[in-house]
Amino acid sequence: MAKKDSGKDRLDENELNKGRRNFLKQSSVLTALAVTPTALVKAAEEGLDEKAAGYFEKMALSIEINGVNHNLSIEPRTTLLDLMREQLALTGTKKGCDHGQCGACTVHVDGNRVLSCLTLGVMMQGKKITTIEGLADGDKLHPMQEAFIKHDGFQCGYCTPGQIMSGIACIREGHANSDEEIREYMSGNICRCGAYPNIVKAIADVKKGGQKL
Amino acid sequence: MINFNYLRVSTTKGAVDAIVRDSAAQWIAGGTNLIDLMKKGVMSPQKLVDINNLPLKEIKKEGNKLVIGALALNSAVADNELVRKEQPLLSLALQAGASAQLRNMATVGGNMMQRTRCPYFYNPDMPCNKREPGTGCGALKGFNRMHAIFGASDKCIAVHPSDMSIALVALDSTVLVSGPKGDRRIPFQNFHRLPGDLPQKDNTLERGELIVAVEIPDNKLNKNVHYLKVRDRASYAFALVSVAAAVDLQGDTIKDVRLAMGGVAHKPWRLMEAELFLKGKPASEANFREAAALAMKDAKGYGHNNFKLKLAPNTLVEALKTATGKG
Ligand SMILES: Cc1cc2nc3c(=O)[nH]c(=O)nc-3n(C[C@H](O)[C@H](O)[C@H](O)COP(=O)(O)OP(=O)(O)OC[C@H]3O[C@@H](n4cnc5c(N)ncnc54)[C@H](O)[C@@H]3O)c2cc1C
Ligand code: FES
Ligand code: FES
Repeated sequence: MAKKDSGKDRLDENELNKGRRNFLKQSSVLTALAVTPTALVKAAEEGLDEKAAGYFEKMALSIEINGVNHNLSIEPRTTLLDLMREQLALTGTKKGCDHGQCGACTVHVDGNRVLSCLTLGVMMQGKKITTIEGLADGDKLHPMQEAFIKHDGFQCGYCTPGQIMSGIACIREGHANSDEEIREYMSGNICRCGAYPNIVKAIADVKKGGQKL
Repeated sequence: MINFNYLRVSTTKGAVDAIVRDSAAQWIAGGTNLIDLMKKGVMSPQKLVDINNLPLKEIKKEGNKLVIGALALNSAVADNELVRKEQPLLSLALQAGASAQLRNMATVGGNMMQRTRCPYFYNPDMPCNKREPGTGCGALKGFNRMHAIFGASDKCIAVHPSDMSIALVALDSTVLVSGPKGDRRIPFQNFHRLPGDLPQKDNTLERGELIVAVEIPDNKLNKNVHYLKVRDRASYAFALVSVAAAVDLQGDTIKDVRLAMGGVAHKPWRLMEAELFLKGKPASEANFREAAALAMKDAKGYGHNNFKLKLAPNTLVEALKTATGKG
């Protein structure tokens, strides 16, 4: 593509940025070899403010997932989704698009539904996370899990953990008062298999049951 | 995703200093736009400065103004009692944006600052003057179905994707910012800019200026309001065209009116001429049509988006009909 000249300054700045990007691409490979400076990790653990990771260093993170405390050291770029799936073997939460477009990665942070693929792990310091693995009480399924089985709210099941986490939040938020409202407030969860009618039925059923979720 | 350093700050000054000190640093709020763009390789800050601990989440009345902190979540604003009562148009626009999960993460400041969804901007292998000045605009003669019909330049025909901003510009809001040179108030109309020769600049913020709040005056426009968003699916899609309409209706007469359009320009597009025309006139379909014709005066299609030349005025008329219950 021919370059349209639109000002020298901007081109220069642009070249700089490109250089920076390439540099970053290379240095992220080196990061794997980096050693965590203990002073920094310690500062982070002590909850000091205005603290930084060293150059691409790992950072300390304490996080509660499904009632279990984890004290971890992670790269700032690790998303909550990758942290759970790749480092903590919590693979119940699914990666669909990895760009906030499908809802498969929905989890609760301090009780609110969010997308774990667009959440940085380091930003979850001190938070309580609930995933699909944290819903059942021993062998007793969560009412929303029961309802999805009863109403056949899935086919392949890939979107289901996200749908269930989202459905619970939808009721808690008070946005499940009609099928129409459920459809609108569940629109962030895409189902490639098109199980939508039964997903709505499952959520409406749990809502009608009136249990505290 | 590229790697980067991470810094947590808890004061406005700390946030501003961190950005001024380091030219490769960038603030992160909800992260819903920035992390996406970093994963795509469109943006590559070397340091993220996390501003979520700043005390900027409050939604409150100050005199007769509604003041919304920059870190208030989109869902919190949409569901807030004060907002729903006094500025329901804002609530409607927020609810029309993104998904429940994203609104639980996205902040008011981040929403205003979100980048265009132009596919050429989003793909580092494509030419785009906004991403890489001087490489040309791929959309100008390319796939431009989602693109601007107002105020574009031969350097860029991208649109600003925020729904919330369409309501805020209609409601005569003011943006409160704090930067290295002190505090500043920016009328919402002057916050975002047209592409001109500098499409890389989305808005009029200077480097290091942090949005701290948005202020909405009490404009008595809380009864007859509507936000109509036309999109490719019923929910969870960006606007092809959207209209924010707020009318002060006295009987059949339009005493006052605010109108703005989304999905049509590089900035939230306020429709002053149409407003002026409607003021003092009866609310009727004929008048709505005439106002829409005025609004469309300078519109220009680029091929794939020519349908917007028809869709936009129709959306305006429908929004006014619903807002007023007339016509
Ligand atoms: C799948 C999907 C669908 C979407 N659909 C819609 C839609 O239909 N309508 C719509 O309007 N939006 C939509 N969005 C966009 C969404 O609204 C934005 O991503 C969100 O509002 C950004 O807010 P944030 O707090 O997450 O910003 P971040 O991603 O944290 O930040 C975005 C930018 O703002 C800057 N920034 C953040 N806070 C401040 C501040 N206080 N002062 C100065 N700069 C700041 C950051 O440095 C960054 O450059 C969608 C997003 C996704 C992923
Ligand atoms: S994987 Fe997070 S929204 Fe698709
Ligand atoms: S059940 Fe297959 S994607 Fe939803």
